[in-house]
Amino acid sequence: MAHSGPMTDWRKAKLPVFAFLAPATIIYSLFMIYPLIDSIRLSFYAAPSGEELAFVGFDNYRTILGDPDWSATFWNSFWNNMKFFAVHMLVQNPIGIALAGILSLPQLKFRNSYRTLMIMPTMLSVVIVGFIWQLILSPVWGVGTDILDIFGLKSLFGPWLGKEGSALITLSFISVWQWVGIPLMLIYAALLAIPDDLVDAAIVDGATHFEVFWHIKLPLVLPTVAMVSILTFVGNFNAFDLIYAVKGALAGPNFSTDIMGTLFYRTFFGYQLQLGNPSLGATVASLMFLIILAGVLFYLFAVQRRLARYQL
Amino acid sequence: MSNKVFAKGLAAALAASVALVPLMASAGELVIESWRNDDIDIWNDKIIPAFNKVHPDIQVSFKPSAPTEYNATVNAKLAGGTAGDLITCRPFDASLELYKQGNLAALDDLKGMDNFSSVAKSAWQTDDGSVTFCLPMASVIHGFIYNKEAFEEAGVEVPTTREEFYAVLDKIKEEGSYAPMAMGTADQWEAATMGFQNIGPNYWKGEEGRKALIDGSAKFTDKPYVDTFAELASWSNYLPDGYEAISYPDAQNLFSLGRAAIYPAGSWDISLFNSQADFKFGAFPPPAAAGSDTCYISDHTDIALGLNAKSPNAAEAKVFLEWMTGSEFASLYSNALPGFFSLSNHKVEISDPVANEFVSWRQKCESTIRNSYQILSRGTPNLENELWNLSAQVINGTLSPEEAGKSAEAGLAKWYAPHQ
Repeated sequence: MAHSGPMTDWRKAKLPVFAFLAPATIIYSLFMIYPLIDSIRLSFYAAPSGEELAFVGFDNYRTILGDPDWSATFWNSFWNNMKFFAVHMLVQNPIGIALAGILSLPQLKFRNSYRTLMIMPTMLSVVIVGFIWQLILSPVWGVGTDILDIFGLKSLFGPWLGKEGSALITLSFISVWQWVGIPLMLIYAALLAIPDDLVDAAIVDGATHFEVFWHIKLPLVLPTVAMVSILTFVGNFNAFDLIYAVKGALAGPNFSTDIMGTLFYRTFFGYQLQLGNPSLGATVASLMFLIILAGVLFYLFAVQRRLARYQL
Repeated sequence: MSNKVFAKGLAAALAASVALVPLMASAGELVIESWRNDDIDIWNDKIIPAFNKVHPDIQVSFKPSAPTEYNATVNAKLAGGTAGDLITCRPFDASLELYKQGNLAALDDLKGMDNFSSVAKSAWQTDDGSVTFCLPMASVIHGFIYNKEAFEEAGVEVPTTREEFYAVLDKIKEEGSYAPMAMGTADQWEAATMGFQNIGPNYWKGEEGRKALIDGSAKFTDKPYVDTFAELASWSNYLPDGYEAISYPDAQNLFSLGRAAIYPAGSWDISLFNSQADFKFGAFPPPAAAGSDTCYISDHTDIALGLNAKSPNAAEAKVFLEWMTGSEFASLYSNALPGFFSLSNHKVEISDPVANEFVSWRQKCESTIRNSYQILSRGTPNLENELWNLSAQVINGTLSPEEAGKSAEAGLAKWYAPHQ
């Protein structure tokens, strides 16, 4: 950056710098940082029925992590959430990378149509996605059985969304179907930024398209892949909408699809005859925040620093 | 043609959205909060105009939200001071808590409150019965709705005992053209509400068993409760394939499309079937075991209307509530919503034959309410939510009836002293 002009005189620049930073800082503090801190504060309080909020220290955390019922529910939702995340990492992101790799092939026709089609589900409302897939997989009206019948595999069909063993995996796949467009777009954009001469040189040296992708393009887009992974992590641990739309806040059968978002909703707002408990809900939210924070810190220190970056 | 239908639909949607627009209620306009979004037409076209004939100067608007979100929405609105003047009350604790928080006004001095029996009011009173904070509107009754054509084709009669009931189901299954029973466990609550609470009162003897659970003299591990779970488990033989993933609307559609013979029902389903089923259907109460002299039905106090304690229009709201205690409202409501039975003492003629059949059981059977609603769902884990989960699991075959009873009892024992 040596040619970017004369050295900035910070004393002169101060006012405009702050003026430009102010709107974002104020809005972000007001609508993100303040509520976050206030929610953490709320998690240290409790309001027994009909009484005022009172400070209780770490009591709420002790309840959620120490009480056998609460901790069973909490860790169940945590591990379900890990499975949900694992499916996204193992299925959504590799498919996203592969599709981006295919889309960036120079001789591909109808590239824009494919791109549009693949990003389409991402633009649909979660409620619609949940509804469509519930219909497709419905044992009563679903086209799922008919499609399997074409291949003579009808006997394989089951009420996947209703079985304890398969409901969460099925929902994860629905979510993958919806969100695969995001890693696709980000990685596709990164692939486009790779100069053609690198690829051309490799082809001249006799590399196949797959070798070019594996040895040249993929290492160059790894930072983007890492970023996609952390976005997936944060997104999955904040997920709530799809499960709620398909299974409701009780996340059945037998809480097999309960993730942290649905647990938070049930605790904070209550469900049916169960009354909401804002302070315990805030505790669940704070624990979710800590889990996400731990994941992001792990990424920052253990992954991001080791990524090799290449100047193109 | 389809364009016309589409245009009509669009116009209706537009009209509906316009109707929903006046969120900023003008001063003096009463706003009713409700979870009955299915009823918006009935309120707008029948009930409110009838009220305005008597009181033309009071504007009323009915603003429902989604049933599953209602409690959360109303609690948040009350806390934020943006709730409507009249709050539709869920039975028991949800509303009791609102009263304790000072969000609902006491209604004991309301004129016409004596038109309601103490049983009707019990769902909206403090535990000692000293204060009533919501005006009882209606109860719902559980039973079974059946497809008359299916019964004719299979050559079976309406069952009067439990043994006959399962003989009928077996015969329909054998005959094969109808699914014997339309229900699924995907949404969980049908399993508990239309299953467990529907057939259970015959086992635990209605109010007697319900009160015994509250005072701790009966436990969920006792025979009546395990037997109820066991009967429920046997339903899996009669439900359609893949019932684990069949939702409540799926089950409703299966029945109203004529693909199932028997539908475990709440009386509120009647109006949907009236508009969608093109075959004749009837109803029968949950059959008791042969030789038992009394039958029991779940006649659940379900819906009431309370006054927001901070309403700026309290005087007008009370006028509306007083009008609701009258016989005109009772008759209007019971007939506009067949399956919701007025809780007032007024004599109401119900024109719908199936609804009439449901309400006639009040004469020959003992009424009770769902056993998880009073007091027992006050702690964590929440009994009602537990029963949803357990009933669904029992039907799915992932939990034995004995384990289900143990699990429900363990949940209660965790926080409820009489069960410890």
